[in-house]
Amino acid sequence: MSDLQIKKSSTVYDAVIVGSGAGGGMAGYVLAHAGLKVLMLEAGPFFDPAKNSSQLKFPWESPRRGASTDTRNFGDFDAAFGGWQLEGEPYTTKNGTDFQWFRSRMLGGRTNHWGRISLRMGPQDFKPTDGLTEPWPITYDDVKPFYDKVDRMIGVFGTVEGLENEPDGIFLPPPAPRLNELYIKKGAIKAGVTTISGRGSVLTEALPNNKDRGACFFCGQCGRSCKIYGDFSSSSCLVIPALKTGNLTLITNAMVREVLTDDEGLATGVSYINKDDMQEYQVKGKIVILGASAGESARLLLNSKSTKHPGGLANSSGVVGKYLHDSTGSGAGGWLPQLMDRKRYNEDGVGSVHIYSPWWLGKKKLDFPRGYHIEYGGGLHMPGYGSTDGIETMNGRVPGRDGKMKEAGGFGAGLKDDYRRFYGVSFGMAGRGTAIAREDNYCEIDPDVVDKFGIPVLRFHYKWAAEEIKQAKHMQDTFQEIMHNMGAIADAPQGPETNYGLQAPGVIIHEVGTVRMGDDPKKSALNKFCQAHDCNNLFVVDAGPFVQQGDKNATWTILALSMRTAEYILAQRKKLNV
Amino acid sequence: MNRRESLKTLGIGAVATGLLAEVGCKPGAQKLAEDNTAPAAKDAPADPSRLPNEVARDKKLAANKFFNDHEMATITVLVDIIIPKDEKSGSASDAKVPEFIEFIVNDMPDNQTPLRGGLRWLDLQCLNRYNATFREATSAQQIEMVTMIAYPKKAKPEMAQGVNFFSRLRDLTATGFFTSEIGVKDIGFVGNSPNKWTGVPADVLKAHGFATIWG
Repeated sequence: MSDLQIKKSSTVYDAVIVGSGAGGGMAGYVLAHAGLKVLMLEAGPFFDPAKNSSQLKFPWESPRRGASTDTRNFGDFDAAFGGWQLEGEPYTTKNGTDFQWFRSRMLGGRTNHWGRISLRMGPQDFKPTDGLTEPWPITYDDVKPFYDKVDRMIGVFGTVEGLENEPDGIFLPPPAPRLNELYIKKGAIKAGVTTISGRGSVLTEALPNNKDRGACFFCGQCGRSCKIYGDFSSSSCLVIPALKTGNLTLITNAMVREVLTDDEGLATGVSYINKDDMQEYQVKGKIVILGASAGESARLLLNSKSTKHPGGLANSSGVVGKYLHDSTGSGAGGWLPQLMDRKRYNEDGVGSVHIYSPWWLGKKKLDFPRGYHIEYGGGLHMPGYGSTDGIETMNGRVPGRDGKMKEAGGFGAGLKDDYRRFYGVSFGMAGRGTAIAREDNYCEIDPDVVDKFGIPVLRFHYKWAAEEIKQAKHMQDTFQEIMHNMGAIADAPQGPETNYGLQAPGVIIHEVGTVRMGDDPKKSALNKFCQAHDCNNLFVVDAGPFVQQGDKNATWTILALSMRTAEYILAQRKKLNV
Repeated sequence: MNRRESLKTLGIGAVATGLLAEVGCKPGAQKLAEDNTAPAAKDAPADPSRLPNEVARDKKLAANKFFNDHEMATITVLVDIIIPKDEKSGSASDAKVPEFIEFIVNDMPDNQTPLRGGLRWLDLQCLNRYNATFREATSAQQIEMVTMIAYPKKAKPEMAQGVNFFSRLRDLTATGFFTSEIGVKDIGFVGNSPNKWTGVPADVLKAHGFATIWG
């Protein structure tokens, strides 16, 4: 006799939300505060930075000194568990293409792993004029009020600059640059590259009218998550406050299998596997909101087939899974001889960027459309696994204390002294640019493969085109010029053999666009309020609805659009439309 | 919450206000933290930042022994040649670098063959030259041998395998030392403590020719 059965709950929630990251968290926050009875399902365990963070640990408190593991791909102290591969939850690729998919199954999802870099998309990002990339059905002015509200509610530092396509926000004071970053800024400006204060969701001052979150104390460890909620993560800023309203019910370790629909084709709830007891459950909601991530939401829709929705839910257009795009990414680094033997002081700063270069060439005609921004970093950071590697590539390049050149490498007291001399001299820079949303870059259901829960998995097909590679070349050329101006000793440049350092699709973890919005139901899955054309009580609030990402990191736009959708839902409920 | 209240919350410099205990206290919701208390070693307090499978994995890794006694003794000699005691701080073995390397080769098995093979390569070189293994050779012989593989650019081509081995061991030794309590103090890292970042100090700005904290 089998123990397996489907347990059906009779409770009908006002809304069922799948996912607890930026999108799901914001929708849950708005709806629960408005008094709706909301059920949120999260595929991983509960996570509260106040309890579960590794903040303020020293490197020796990790047996591997902070090196990465299978469970924490970004290091032993990183808040985000999960990674590029999850045990028992494969994904596949097609026709020899490559796509890397980072997943973090935990409360807050991938807001536990990010640089807190919080950029608004600009007017030209919503309505591009390059002739290659597509416009959104909404404008910057449609989204601006929500960006403003997100700034006030969550907090972001930065400087008002008045740049054309880099809209200013409502900013907290920015952190000043570290010494390495002052050199970078000087070198970049000399190269004609606009370089300004970073924009990050870290509370450099107390957030007005918020008693639950602490002001930053500058440990620079946002990536470990913040015990006093001094930065943005969905758990600390959205889900935990929503739980306090009493209107949000959270079920963790709930892996959603599909969206359920009725004979009319309307959503009635979802089915999920409880990973604790491995039983199948069904829960009901008047509205279903997907915030499972661009990949997972597309997967859920494509796996939710019915008579009314034979090609998958919300997919009569056939676009679900298509137009998948990540940001482009290419980086460079080096070190500054003039920083050797530098004075020691606490230079931890914040765990976001202190300075960055927004795209500085506007609409200039180049051999690729649009552009990229550059993120920078360097300072007297906490030593960690590998941070002293490769001394033999450095200590033969500059004179020793006696003014004579040394032989590269070595051992003994002289080498020990070299490690001290070279501490804090390194820096890095990373370009993040617009990748074109293309129909032929997509995810789909792999017809042959299921995960350990029996859920059909995603298969990716993604290739970079000439435009992205040319953009990466432009990045590398810019990096070299900046590093030359800095008087730096640069690491070996990336050339055509590596596509100019262009990372594989997915590696930047900005994948978006799989459930795109649009005015034409034949060419889009969602309307401009992220409501399914084919199913008016179904919404998507992650990065799936993006039509075309700018060079800006996606999180702030996910938050603004999710808030906009949640307010639209409230308005539609009043009109009894949903 | 302002910064002073934040630090109070962390229990730094003042009694914690209790906020940390209060947030998110939905009954039954604290699964991760509670789960973590169960499998942790009885003699150590549970670390709520670790997943149960991480605690179990690290415990298992720490119990593994890859190197034999001779190899560990050789590694100990080598790491103290790479980072010896000096007037400022102790040696690599004072900082338990050999134990760190033992852990790392279990955690990152890609290191196992290059290190075991490299140690054997080194012993054979020494047996042929000095009629003694590296460990049993005299200090002068050990230094002579290490000098042949410690300088990649001037090492003889037939020493290339030894150079690769030594570069790997030098990196592991430096990581092990400068991430230890002794090494972090030695290198002068003074962060990881609550503060107010107000930019690069004035004397440093001046020394590097910057007019203001903004450059």
